[in-house]
Amino acid sequence: MALMLVKFDLKKRVKLAQTVWFMYWFAVMAGVLVFSMGLFFKIELRKRSELMDNNESHFLPNLLIFMGLVACGINAFGGKICYDSLDPAKFAKWKPMLKNFLVFCVGFNALLFVTALLCLVMRIPLQFTLAEGLRNGMKFYKDTDTPGRCYMKRTLDQMQMEFRCCGNDNYRDWFEIQWVSNRYLDFSSKEVKDRIGSNVDGQYLMDGVPFSCCNPSSPRPCIQFQMTNNTAHYSYDHYTEELNVWNRGCREALLSYYGGMMNTIGALVLLVTLLEIGVTIGLQYVDSSLSTLANPDDPESESEGWILEKTVKETFTDIMAKMKAMGKGSKVEEGAMAGKAPEME
Amino acid sequence: MVLLKMKFTLQRRVRLAQGLWLLSWLAVMCGTFVFCLGLYLKAELLRRAEVMDNTEIHVVPNILMMVGLASIGTNWVASRVCQDSLDASRFPRWKAFLLAWFVVATLLCFLLLAVVVLSYALQGSLEESLKVGLRNGIRFYKDTDVPGRCFQKETIDHLQMEFRCCGNNNFRDWFEVQWVSNRYLDFTSKDVKDRIRSNVDGRYLLDGVPFSCCNPASPRPCLQNRLTDNSAHHSYDFQSEELNLYSRGCRQALIDYYMGLMNSTGPGVLSVILIQMSVVLSLRYLQTSVEGAMAQEDPAGDSEGYILEKGLKETFEDLKANILILLKFGQVNPNAAQESPEAGDPEKASDNTTEKATSTTSAS
Repeated sequence: MALMLVKFDLKKRVKLAQTVWFMYWFAVMAGVLVFSMGLFFKIELRKRSELMDNNESHFLPNLLIFMGLVACGINAFGGKICYDSLDPAKFAKWKPMLKNFLVFCVGFNALLFVTALLCLVMRIPLQFTLAEGLRNGMKFYKDTDTPGRCYMKRTLDQMQMEFRCCGNDNYRDWFEIQWVSNRYLDFSSKEVKDRIGSNVDGQYLMDGVPFSCCNPSSPRPCIQFQMTNNTAHYSYDHYTEELNVWNRGCREALLSYYGGMMNTIGALVLLVTLLEIGVTIGLQYVDSSLSTLANPDDPESESEGWILEKTVKETFTDIMAKMKAMGKGSKVEEGAMAGKAPEME
Repeated sequence: MVLLKMKFTLQRRVRLAQGLWLLSWLAVMCGTFVFCLGLYLKAELLRRAEVMDNTEIHVVPNILMMVGLASIGTNWVASRVCQDSLDASRFPRWKAFLLAWFVVATLLCFLLLAVVVLSYALQGSLEESLKVGLRNGIRFYKDTDVPGRCFQKETIDHLQMEFRCCGNNNFRDWFEVQWVSNRYLDFTSKDVKDRIRSNVDGRYLLDGVPFSCCNPASPRPCLQNRLTDNSAHHSYDFQSEELNLYSRGCRQALIDYYMGLMNSTGPGVLSVILIQMSVVLSLRYLQTSVEGAMAQEDPAGDSEGYILEKGLKETFEDLKANILILLKFGQVNPNAAQESPEAGDPEKASDNTTEKATSTTSAS
């Protein structure tokens, strides 16, 4: 009892081949889409690699790029097969490899599905990478004269302005590190000496934030320094002041940005997987309908098409039996060789 | 003496019709491109409408959008004419149309050229508009509690951060304006009272700038206040400090941006003009060669195609003569209208109209 048996006459076969050919061209474009999404993701990761401690994993975008290329190739090939299927002479040369090609397609679809799941899951390692990278980034904010770190200030400032965030968890992270370079501190002044003396590491800590934390929507000019001192500014209460600097932390902002991107990519890859499954089933129907012609010499005769020749259970037991036979076959050969060897001796 | 005469066999006519059909569809897509270009330019101008005083510069994207739509329609008509041109029964209905089509198509080319010229000519007007708009924006920066102006601060801050500029001409524009709202000034403090007394209008002026002028590329944390006072900051020299704030003025930044946009669209518009002109010329050849073939006894035989039936000078003089005849009929008619109420003769009026009809057909 075949799975999903459908009867085909010539007209139906032609229509099927045309539809599947059309779908294959859509699938080629879907492959291009997957490729470009992988490329885009890779570029976005590269742009902020400084904030991710330069050890972010490029496994996922590389996988997407690879799958996109393979998808383009498979679908173009499948389209060619469909195009030739209407001509018995041309189809005959594809016939032998069609079964293997279909098995390969099924494997590829499974891999594509796994990729989609990965996109949705890889958020978690990204979170840890970002937390670590941002913390280090803030520590090196002041090192604008150290080669290799001199652009950290600019990167952080631009990131805070672009993503509308401040600090790692919130703006108070800036109170705990020295973000003013020693070159611009007057060590003879009393204020500087007090601040340096006030903590164990001798760091110049202050209750201020860089300008990139400022929120332009605030009705009052930005208050960056002496933020916890209510008397330093007229009509200011730092507990109730909400609009002065950005409230969100940059880790959360970046995570929601990349998380959103990965969710979208994962959803699109799932859709592409569905399309690929569709074209694989279509090609299986084309293949099976062309191999069961009632009268092999008459191209206009009726035929049947199916997804599986026998039911799912029987196909499964067939595959297991084949694998066992292959395993036994190699054992028999070994036994024969072992039997021969002692004879020769 | 015919202008640019060419011989056309039947096969050549067929090829010309097919090629022109493809070309006119290409021209339709160019028309869409021009329309989208105009739309994009208008959207960009509208985005910054708050810092612009007048909308004179909007004439450039408006014309582009109009021309884009008109050229889509015109070139679609051209493709229909091509399809019908090889069918002797369907082509004659387009005959009357074609003169109007040529006029419209040439007009579109001239309009596109005018757009290219205008985009350079209106630069001065854009500059003026930005000067006034930015000056107002900076003046109203502090009015975050005045309805209608409460977003001015946010607009100017975003503008300065996005375009990496400060002030109108440079950052010193902020020294001349009170940009801190009175609500946040402590009028009992000595510093505030001194500053307010130091100028005629009683404004709180300071040598400081808003945070949005800060340059992230500076190696030192941003210095916003007491910019002219070297002793206020360690190791700071006001005259030689370049990276602390953005050195460009926002007017210059915006003009560079918009001029860059319009310059980069220049080559695209010029190539659209070329394509449109080639559609016009090819359609003229097709029209004359097909009409010539239909006038002959053997419609499938050779015919001649040309751009103008007579030389350039003669055609021009013919046109002048036709226009004068039309004008003369315009002059004769009032006299006829005065006479006909006296005579009460409807026949004379119908005679005039038939004469007018023949002269119009001879002109086309």
